[in-house]
Amino acid sequence: MKPEEIISAENLVYARTSLMTEKALSFCPGCGHGVVHRVIMEVIDEMGIQADTIGIAPVGCSVLAYEFMDVDMQQAAHGRAPAVATGIKRCWPGKFVFTYQGDGDLAAIGTAETIHACNRGENFAIFFINNGIYGMTGGQMAPTTLEGMRTSTTPFGRDVALMGNPLKITELVAMLPGTYFVARHSVHTPLSVRKFKKAARAAFENQKLNKGVSFIEIVSNCNSGWKMTPVQANKWMEENMFPFFPPGDIKVNGELVKRSEKAE
Amino acid sequence: MGDIKLMKGNEAFAEAAIRAGCDAYFGYPITPQSEVMEYIAAQEPHKRTGMVLLQAESEVAAINMVYGAAGTGKRVMTSSSSPGISLKQEGISYLAGSELPCLILNVMRGGPGLGTIQPSQSDYFQATKGGGHGDYRLLVLAPASVQEMCDFVKLGFDLAFKYRNPVMMLSDGIIGQMMEKVELFPQQPRFTEFDQSWSTTGKTADRKRNIITSLDLDPARHERHNQKLQDKYRKMCENEVRFELIEGDDAEYLFIAYGSCARICQKAVRFARANGIKAGLLRPITLFPFPSVKINIMAGSLKGILAVELSAGQMIEDVRLAVEGRVKVALHNRMGGMVPSPEDVYKALMQSFSIQE
Repeated sequence: MKPEEIISAENLVYARTSLMTEKALSFCPGCGHGVVHRVIMEVIDEMGIQADTIGIAPVGCSVLAYEFMDVDMQQAAHGRAPAVATGIKRCWPGKFVFTYQGDGDLAAIGTAETIHACNRGENFAIFFINNGIYGMTGGQMAPTTLEGMRTSTTPFGRDVALMGNPLKITELVAMLPGTYFVARHSVHTPLSVRKFKKAARAAFENQKLNKGVSFIEIVSNCNSGWKMTPVQANKWMEENMFPFFPPGDIKVNGELVKRSEKAE
Repeated sequence: MGDIKLMKGNEAFAEAAIRAGCDAYFGYPITPQSEVMEYIAAQEPHKRTGMVLLQAESEVAAINMVYGAAGTGKRVMTSSSSPGISLKQEGISYLAGSELPCLILNVMRGGPGLGTIQPSQSDYFQATKGGGHGDYRLLVLAPASVQEMCDFVKLGFDLAFKYRNPVMMLSDGIIGQMMEKVELFPQQPRFTEFDQSWSTTGKTADRKRNIITSLDLDPARHERHNQKLQDKYRKMCENEVRFELIEGDDAEYLFIAYGSCARICQKAVRFARANGIKAGLLRPITLFPFPSVKINIMAGSLKGILAVELSAGQMIEDVRLAVEGRVKVALHNRMGGMVPSPEDVYKALMQSFSIQE
């Protein structure tokens, strides 16, 4: 059989997501951002809501998200994406709005905007990429940097007595009455990608219900910032990040998930 | 003729916003401008016109809500007073860099720091020279009456959309708090149809995706973006200079003052004229662009200019640049919430230029 005969529509098993632009991703090889970008775009494509979707890119590694996502987007000041999203959604309650933020953006400089948008029950989706580090600026300590974890500003490891504790902001926002769906996922295995995609779909579907924020944390690696190979980084993430930031649903349909149900 | 009412400046601004078809107001309370949000809330704008009102968690959040809504093409505004306006500067820089239209009201109070809640004009530099980081300008309107607190809302929105640039109304605690007769313009429809060619309302099949951003990592492209912004500011200087000249035609001495100080100087002109002194008043209505050309032309036939300000002397720098050293420019100022009387200003004119009655 000639290659030309094999390359046909009925044999297609995987294609570039139609809502990803032609531009080559600028993320480091092995980084989870590209997968998260693709999954979100797949969901928007499958729901057929491109014409009604507005995304907000933050400051950090994903600042150029609008170069890769083929939807209308606004670039927000550092930490302010939930405020920008609030301004959009309040004026366009029928549109689908999402923010895409890193840990420094969402859980340090933008903590006030995060908490208050969640507490007001704004009807949009927040995608929160947590890799425990400031990737864009070269690997400094983030609000989610684990105890003892080495970064460029904690070269001897995070000493919580001096530098404070890592912040579980996802558990924190789950306590607020304005969040409707809160979950933590990862995208480092095919199974985890499928689970995240289901949650991402829910984050957009929920916006039709007008019941509050859908908040999804994606625990991700930062192999460049962690100074590991992609494979080492994923292993390190499973062994060190997951015990502190365990994947799973935290709040579903406005109800906190009980611990026993969470163990799956 | 529209409705005639007795209103506070802040209330007139708020009522005018609803009547101008404003789509959304995002704010945070601060004295002396809290009446703006209180008035809008009492009007139940969602029922009256469908206007969105939201009290944000901070001035920082409020200006970023403005950014988001403005990026979707909506007619949107915020208001605050000096310390709050400082907090908004990052957002204002982003709005200017992303070329988004919006209206921002600053009801100035004394500074620096927490300063005082009394009136001041000490945010002139911040309003007219940029305020946040980067090379940018706001179109700055200076209302001197409750009537202008109303009228400049409509003018401000028109200019904001004409240039896709933030417009600031630079008012102060006197104009915001005082009550005067105001003729309100009739209710205008809300912004239902507008140019969506640049706004982020969702990418449809017939166009490329729209992106609202001030970021460009390519230096050559970013320089071109900056040049485009500077061209826009030059156009504002050519087309949007506004001022009022009172008793200016035969004036030998000229007061230059804006906002509340212009009202005080208006009376000082009358004192001077009653005593046979040919004094006039030039009141800049736009602070950026500043009426430099008019001042430059007048400078040749004047014996002296007295700049009157509620600051250490900020606007006077633009006056001195305009006159190019051809006439003496003196300053009469008060700070920290103190306000000069018309008599004080008149005496300052007499002393500054050694005029004999």
